[in-house]
Amino acid sequence: MVIEVRSQPFDPWAELSRFQAGSHLVPGSYGACATFVGTMRDFNQGEQVETLFLEHYSGMTEKLLEQQAAKIKSEKELLDFLVIHRVGEIHPNDPIVLVAAWSAHRAAAFDGCRELMEYLKSQATFWKKETLDADHKKEQRWVDNIT
Amino acid sequence: MTISVRFFASLSEQLGMKETTVESDSLHTMSDVWARVTDQPPPDSVLCARNHAYVAFNTPVQDGDEVAFFPPVNGG
Repeated sequence: MVIEVRSQPFDPWAELSRFQAGSHLVPGSYGACATFVGTMRDFNQGEQVETLFLEHYSGMTEKLLEQQAAKIKSEKELLDFLVIHRVGEIHPNDPIVLVAAWSAHRAAAFDGCRELMEYLKSQATFWKKETLDADHKKEQRWVDNIT
Repeated sequence: MTISVRFFASLSEQLGMKETTVESDSLHTMSDVWARVTDQPPPDSVLCARNHAYVAFNTPVQDGDEVAFFPPVNGG
């Protein structure tokens, strides 16, 4: 299981490919991999968003995600999880988060991926601050709703 | 008793501080820590953690704890 918070841009598809080809998973043991990739939009709540700053509580964020991933992995008999989440300054079209779950059959992979993603959105200690381009005037606001 | 206190995101900006340390023998709960380091009641939406785990405001604190206060989270 790999849970990582990164301050640098990443390519989720390359990470997925590398992880699956690496030593974490036994070839032939998995029949399903469900993935979720979250990408930054250039709009939110009717406004044009120029950049996003993602803050996190280092230590607590990773601990929460590791605990929850281990719980879901055990409950659903998943084979493995890969989670990568960006922090720092993010631009439109940049990947923000990758959650991937491997299992023998599709139902567990779909359910496990969805469950961990929903937990990440509602419990993991991340916060977003948007820089808006409102009539060519830069404004900043914290995002206080979960979409 | 020494406790390190951290604030995040919009709450950190409102209070004008990211972290501080409090030393006192009269701190018993998370609420006591909040009251010691700020001069205002906690906003209704504020969440708190003790040693990287979510807790309630009436949770006891101990010497050496790291506690944190922050607004509702929003990842992904």
